[in-house]
Amino acid sequence: MSEVVIKVENLKKHFPINEALPFKKSTQSVKAVDGVSFEVFKGETLGIVGESGCGKSTMARLINQLIRPTEGVVEFKGKNLATLGSKEIRSIRKSIQMVFQNPYASLDPRKTIEYLIAEPLVIHQIGDAKSRKKRVIELLEVVGLSGYHAERYVHEFSGGQRQRINIARALALNPDIIICDEPVSALDVSVQAQVINLLKDLQRKFDLTYIFISHDLNVVRYICDRIAVMYLGKIVEIGTYEELYENPKHPYTKALLSAIPKENPFDKKERILLEGDVPSPVNPPSGCSFHKRCPHAMEHCKKDVPAFVDLGKTQKVACHLYS
Amino acid sequence: MSDEILKVENLDVHFRSSASIVKAVNGVNISLKKKETLGIVGESGSGKSVTATALMRLLPKGIGSIPNGKITFNGKDILSLSDKEMRDVRGNDIAMIFQDPMTSLNPVFTVGDQIEEAVRTHQQISKKEAKLKAIEMLKVVGIPEPEKRVKMYPHEFSGGMRQRVMIAIALSCNPKLLIADEPTTALDVTVQAQILELMKSLQEKNDTSIIMITHDLGVVWEMCDKVIVMYAGNTVESGKVKTIYDNPLHPYTWGLLESQITKNTLNGNKLPAIPGSPPDLRNPILGCNFADRCPYAKEICKTTKPEPIEVEEGHIVSCHFQTKSNRLERKELVYIE
Repeated sequence: MSEVVIKVENLKKHFPINEALPFKKSTQSVKAVDGVSFEVFKGETLGIVGESGCGKSTMARLINQLIRPTEGVVEFKGKNLATLGSKEIRSIRKSIQMVFQNPYASLDPRKTIEYLIAEPLVIHQIGDAKSRKKRVIELLEVVGLSGYHAERYVHEFSGGQRQRINIARALALNPDIIICDEPVSALDVSVQAQVINLLKDLQRKFDLTYIFISHDLNVVRYICDRIAVMYLGKIVEIGTYEELYENPKHPYTKALLSAIPKENPFDKKERILLEGDVPSPVNPPSGCSFHKRCPHAMEHCKKDVPAFVDLGKTQKVACHLYS
Repeated sequence: MSDEILKVENLDVHFRSSASIVKAVNGVNISLKKKETLGIVGESGSGKSVTATALMRLLPKGIGSIPNGKITFNGKDILSLSDKEMRDVRGNDIAMIFQDPMTSLNPVFTVGDQIEEAVRTHQQISKKEAKLKAIEMLKVVGIPEPEKRVKMYPHEFSGGMRQRVMIAIALSCNPKLLIADEPTTALDVTVQAQILELMKSLQEKNDTSIIMITHDLGVVWEMCDKVIVMYAGNTVESGKVKTIYDNPLHPYTWGLLESQITKNTLNGNKLPAIPGSPPDLRNPILGCNFADRCPYAKEICKTTKPEPIEVEEGHIVSCHFQTKSNRLERKELVYIE
């Protein structure tokens, strides 16, 4: 097995809820990420899917320590990030970069593209002005733009081009891993395909590892090697894309896959319609957090939290049906 | 045909901007029958939402105009109605659901108030009856405990529930035509499936016609009978959904279908993508709007606009090389980075 780049163990993030009185100590909290463990191997793409509010983006922020976890461990190449000071974290972030969802909001409109792409180099004091400029042009070409774009401002670019700029920015420091938080959700289909191809090419060229967060199940299936399905702050199932899409085990994974719209007008799809909405992460249901919407819920699902069950090669599922 | 509920002929929509005129929609034709669902697909900026807004006559005054075209709804010429007459049509006969359920409800009124407002604007009924109607509508769209929910404010509802409320408002006056502008784009897949299912069952019950505006071909396959593919303000292709899937003819439709990621797209292969991005509509385009990105474009495409041609019954394509007698040979799309 290849090298483990990121290892997450029993990671938790609870956000306290501020009561109306500022002096009162808050007793309740939003359990955004609630006990998540997984590993990411070098050179692979791990997909994280789930509905909005399930904790995908919080997880991304926890991994590169933009927010500190309430409990649990994030290891980067064997180093426990929780024990590091902010200076050391800063230098680790060189290796863990992010691409965000909204290319219209994530770039400063008052700066030139050259400034934006060189910014990470300036922050980490790499090279001098001349060598940075050279690097910016090189990066622009890598992501399919041209050197003359360096002088321009953000508003002159389309959504797809802006996402390319974001990717160039993430690449500037030669990271080991890039966390992509819904990088193509805001783009049109025809442009989406361009950006996905670019991400795949760069992965091959620079031996990158990706954590790819998305709610679009078709995109995840296409780009990822392994996929983790999240529900209410927990991973309910994890496995390779073949295992998960051909043979989903968890009732939630099954429902999620069956909700993908038809592939063609002749498709007759059996659909598992889930009742209601995702419960509030402030008071998640007892036992298995999915039991209220689960068509197979049994008596002990209400009481016991299901543990992960190994199902063959890499597939793991947290469901009482399989224990 | 007698059961034709909406007919749009050669609709143009222009917007005035500081320096120039943006031709947002050029010559769109729509024909919709009772109980039928029409899909309008296209990328952002293709003119799909503008078309819908024009049908409702909700274009911003003084900026948007309809220089050409005719809209006939239920025998009435929509464009010649007075503002007052139009208000009677809007909400009553034609209702609309917008994309973002988070912002299209008023946060300072209860959900019940907002449904009642729609009902009382168009029907002569008492407050009490309107209240009962609001509860009934919430029940129809599948919101549990409607008696309690009707007194709640939008922020107490989730995204899916808010979209259900929007549908309740839209359907409260039994419209003949429902225009849904990206109704599920802001929602999760599982909720999207619920909402689409709901729309289908309500359509079945009330004989409503639906215009579904979306960029998601999956939603089109799911819901629609007919589809219009729009690109940069023009209809490039239109026809029955099954025809468009089985026998698409316009190069843009090919690209759109191929760049869609489906179950059959192999993991690891490169995705075919249409190179470039849509044109700037502020500058007048002489030829075909798609010519710059089209792998089949020849000289004529840059100089002359293609006319829409009915290549087979009900299947209309606007391309110089797709006519009754002449067909383009489809080649594999280029793989670009």
